Amino acid sequence: MSSSPPRRVALFVTCLVDLFRPSVGFAAVKLLEDAGCIVEVPPLQVCCGQPAYNSGDRASTKAIAAQVIAAFEGYEYVVAPSGSCAGMLSHHYPGLFDDDPKMKARAETFAGRCHELMAFLVDVLGVTRVAARYDGTVTYHDSCSGLRELGVKQQPRTLLGSVEGLRLREMRTPEVCCGFGGTFCVKYPEISNAMVGEKTGDVAASGAGTLLAGDLGCLMNMAGKLQREGRPIKVRHVAEVLAGMGDRHAIGEGER
Amino acid sequence: MQSTARDFKHNAHEALVDPNLQDSLSKLKVGFSERRRQAAERLPEFEALRDRARDIKNHTLANLDFYLEEFERKVIALGGHVHWAPTAEDAQRIIADLCKSVDAKTIAKSKSMVSEEIGLNDHLEALGIAPIETDLGEYIIQLRHEPPSHIIAPAVHLTKDQVADTFYEHHKALGFTKRLTERNDLVAEARYVLRQKFLEADVGLNGANFLVAETGSSMLVTNEGNADLSNTLPRMQIVLASIEKVIPTLEDAAVLLRVLARSATGQESSAYTTLNTGPKRDGDLDGPSQYHVVILDNGRSSVLGTKMQDMLRCIRCGACMNHCPVYGAIGGHAYGWVYPGPIGAVLTPQLIGVEEAGNLPNASTFCGRCESVCPVRIPLPGLMRHWREREFEQHLTPRAVRQGLALWSFLARRPKLYRRLTQLANRMLATFGKVEGRYRSLPLASGWTRFRDLPAPQPGGTFHSQWARQRSRTRA
Repeated sequence: MSSSPPRRVALFVTCLVDLFRPSVGFAAVKLLEDAGCIVEVPPLQVCCGQPAYNSGDRASTKAIAAQVIAAFEGYEYVVAPSGSCAGMLSHHYPGLFDDDPKMKARAETFAGRCHELMAFLVDVLGVTRVAARYDGTVTYHDSCSGLRELGVKQQPRTLLGSVEGLRLREMRTPEVCCGFGGTFCVKYPEISNAMVGEKTGDVAASGAGTLLAGDLGCLMNMAGKLQREGRPIKVRHVAEVLAGMGDRHAIGEGER
Repeated sequence: MQSTARDFKHNAHEALVDPNLQDSLSKLKVGFSERRRQAAERLPEFEALRDRARDIKNHTLANLDFYLEEFERKVIALGGHVHWAPTAEDAQRIIADLCKSVDAKTIAKSKSMVSEEIGLNDHLEALGIAPIETDLGEYIIQLRHEPPSHIIAPAVHLTKDQVADTFYEHHKALGFTKRLTERNDLVAEARYVLRQKFLEADVGLNGANFLVAETGSSMLVTNEGNADLSNTLPRMQIVLASIEKVIPTLEDAAVLLRVLARSATGQESSAYTTLNTGPKRDGDLDGPSQYHVVILDNGRSSVLGTKMQDMLRCIRCGACMNHCPVYGAIGGHAYGWVYPGPIGAVLTPQLIGVEEAGNLPNASTFCGRCESVCPVRIPLPGLMRHWREREFEQHLTPRAVRQGLALWSFLARRPKLYRRLTQLANRMLATFGKVEGRYRSLPLASGWTRFRDLPAPQPGGTFHSQWARQRSRTRA
């Protein structure tokens, strides 16, 4: 560990993690604290605004973005356990304020401080190893925004490589979209179903017993489909496995 | 062409349950993207070429009037003619008049998406002029009375067996009484049938990949060589192209060609690259005696200078649809008009109206794979989002979506109220879903649960509630 003062990191929890899977948030906190960060959770955060943004409701998006920027002002680093939300904060916020130079400048400063969790750990903090164990073969789905907007590809694989007992077996097309797409999956359920069906077929063909990814939306979509198909593949957020929380109930897994 | 874009969901359903189509699509999804990847990897400067290609198109669009007039001057100097068609109807009329002026009975066409856009074949047939498609894929779908399902592979939705049936049915009358099953035999038969048509045609009509302002040339790439016959044998040649096809120089064409074939099919270059530069000159052994270029606007110029201008960079390689998981699931016909896939989702609302084609820019997960392979770096998801914003502004977004969105954004702007409600939702969904861990159905969530289970929340409250409890304990 370097002797520089600890970094103060604000966690952007994301609305899905908050509501459906808090353990992803706690896993993120643990990974960041293990890497020497002081983690805070600004209380006035809700959602990054993508549901409005991707539905064409620009006015609501701007209002939500302004609220997020205000809630996180003053933090040097903002980290989200989601490529999709981190991409929204860091790549799309500034463009919302093209007609408001003052707000645009704030949005640009804010955007420069936002990171996806895996990329932050590896690229910014220089973490290459974690202390965790997970017995089994896993396959990793590259969620679209993280991959194509933020270049998250090797970072999670690097960290997974240090997990004891874990073997990574790639599926054939890890970079093809799972069909979630936020509101897309309920607006065009049949098409989304065809896409996720293709994805779960690919996941199953990999022979892995666990599917990991870095975005809860995609994970819930793939878990729900795997379970509907009766495939006994466990689905977890990559942060949970890296933080040594891989022994909890998997996504969609109950007490039965 | 009559649009069915309004029925997109219905079209998509039909596509998803069509076993022949699904069989064809399963091959397309792997083949095209893998070949493009290999071609891009073999060329170290490929990414830099994409930047240059984008810059060339941007420069041209910023000076479009200049380059179009320059092109016109060069064509006239060569002894050819340029016709300006503001609308599809204008283009139909111009071409019909040209055909009538030489008493044309048949015209040999090589592939032109713009001719699909203006519905040329139907128009000519109504006037008693027979258009013959000479691109193999276009020929097949013409026999079947279908529109193209892909901009570079118009019959890609069909299986070999379907093609065999189509040829057997239509070529019987010409003396071909055997149903062929081998790919090469099918191609040979079509080649034989089409060769006669080339010789009979009075007019040759082709599209253009590029119009070169510097030389007045139209440039065309094919893999079949059919365009070379359709534009040298008949006495009149008509080139039909839209305004954004013009580029400044042959040097620029060289850059664009290098990204075009690699992006489209993974080839280093297409089998045939043809430059047509004016009519037959004194002393030329062959070539058309009349050379006409019809340049179509059809609403394109209205996006110049706007955020949507980027769509006009498109060089029609098809890479966006080859890599699109939505196109890969439903194929091209479901989009309901001429241009399918991501570029269709952006162009179609511009060309036929967002009221008609509003579904198309919405039917995307914004996965971004199209943008990541576009040779001229068109920000396709961004342009689709822009259409969604227009729809929202014009109140075209479905009422249920608008109401849901309004409620959600009301809550999202009131964090304290939002916290209380999400805590309640978490508790309820977690409690009732505790044993199974998921829901097979849930009121108001049928869009999700029709095809997949909905994972129940983890018990114990929302993250924020747990975090607040933990922090107050640590402080205490």
